[in-house]
Amino acid sequence: MRQGFYRVESVREIAGNIHLLSLHAPEIASSVRAGQFLNIKTRDYFLPLLRRPFSVYHREGDSLRIIFNVVGLGTRILASAPPGDQLDVIGPLGNAFGVRGEYDEAVLVAGGLGIAPMPMLTAELKSARKKIHTFLGARNASQIVREHMEDVSVATDDGSAGFRGTVVELLRGRLRQAPYARPKIFACGPTPMLRALAVLAEEVNIPCELSLESPMACGIGICQGCPVEVTGGPRKYALVCREGTVFDSKLVVL
Amino acid sequence: MAELGVRVGPLELKNPVLVASGTFGYGNDCPELSDVNLIGGIVTKSLSMNPRDGNPPDRIVETAGGMLNSIGLANIGVHDFIANKLPELRRFDTAIVANIAASSVDEYCGVLSLLEEQGGIHGYEINVSCPNVKEGGLSFGTNPSMTAEITRRLRSLTKKCLIIKLTPNVAHVSEFARAVADEGADGVSLINTVVGMAIDHRKRTPILSTVTGGLSGPAIKPIALAKVYEAAQAVKIPIMGIGGIMTTEDAVEFLLAGATAVQIGTANFIDPSASMKIARGLGEYCDSNNIPRVTDLVGALKVRTDISLIHSWL
Repeated sequence: MRQGFYRVESVREIAGNIHLLSLHAPEIASSVRAGQFLNIKTRDYFLPLLRRPFSVYHREGDSLRIIFNVVGLGTRILASAPPGDQLDVIGPLGNAFGVRGEYDEAVLVAGGLGIAPMPMLTAELKSARKKIHTFLGARNASQIVREHMEDVSVATDDGSAGFRGTVVELLRGRLRQAPYARPKIFACGPTPMLRALAVLAEEVNIPCELSLESPMACGIGICQGCPVEVTGGPRKYALVCREGTVFDSKLVVL
Repeated sequence: MAELGVRVGPLELKNPVLVASGTFGYGNDCPELSDVNLIGGIVTKSLSMNPRDGNPPDRIVETAGGMLNSIGLANIGVHDFIANKLPELRRFDTAIVANIAASSVDEYCGVLSLLEEQGGIHGYEINVSCPNVKEGGLSFGTNPSMTAEITRRLRSLTKKCLIIKLTPNVAHVSEFARAVADEGADGVSLINTVVGMAIDHRKRTPILSTVTGGLSGPAIKPIALAKVYEAAQAVKIPIMGIGGIMTTEDAVEFLLAGATAVQIGTANFIDPSASMKIARGLGEYCDSNNIPRVTDLVGALKVRTDISLIHSWL
């Protein structure tokens, strides 16, 4: 974990309201792993007050990329950041996906901006010589981003691309047709999707890791603002920022 | 170089900047990003007798110029703190102030007594003002006789620095400052967070699980300055000013209003080294303004006392 100023290389819109920002951040790029995030101060003033957390989307050499929707002032500022701007960044934060381990086929499931950690995860899985299958859910065809991902199947709410319905229903159908060989699920997305996926994983008895999202103030575990209920231990809550964002689906209550 | 040392009762601080309770963990939580040896002191996360889970999510929401929190005093409990956190805190060259929260007078006394047996604690800050718990918290801090009783009982148990942390959620904070000063407290710290609320109009629900929470950050700085000024007019014991301090200039304003020291809170979430930058900044401020001692700033506000309106409120 480090804090520093890093240069914006470029920002562009890659799909409907989905922006890709590239940062020159060699010190973070050399140590970051898939599932970790950056906490970025969007401007040198206190409005917006808090940093904004972003999963690392992709790494290329000394560059790190994040993706985001413009939803408020912070993301609006980032979307219009001129190349050369210096951003105050803390990272890499959080744990990472468990890429190593006893499985052969990786099943990646993402809903909406839950695609954020998937390209970097895909790269790590390829290095680990795992077979990869990717299931993406989006509102409609204009929201689909599939770069740097492998064997992509798509579900949209309105049926404008791929399967009409949720990405979890799509995966359920696929698992019914033909089981994967020693699979493991890696997922990121809205809580209702993760909840449904955790149920499915339990039913079919496939290990499943979920990257969770939570409002947070500090991102480093000092504010205690991002609890998630956990099972199987003496404590009721874990912190999403420090003990996550990746959790075993059997150990969290969503 | 200006003299930055200040004194709060028996507590000597090498500079007047501390980190506020609940905004810096137990004091050693982010060593990669901050050096606590550069500040005057650490106020620990609130400690209760037993561990507390804290409130369900959502606990945090950002608002205009501030943030609301409803953590609910989540903490590891005093026993775990003594066994696993205090040994490391002892190694720091800074004052350690243990913040205590409780749901009964006996619990406050019990926690303080346990800490009193340990070395390495330089003072206590008593949280009678948490807005986010059902028992204790604000029900103590908005009742002057209860606040006085807690102070009296704790005063009898320690000779170390005893500071009572006051809430702004009362009509006259000066009444509370006087009550605790009369019972022998060494200082007061203020303000704790301001009760506030945020609503999701689409879902028609409150955003925080506990409906209301505590507002902090730059949004509350004007309230905090007014409360510190009010308390400073009422009592002679030192005041630690808290509330939306983000910069060196903010800290100077609190000293001018009458605070002897300041605590940095929400700023730590955005920049874990904010308090160190402010401590260094105070030295530079004094030097560049030819102020020999930082204490020369304390209460140095110039106020026209012929305007009766000011005093009708205070």
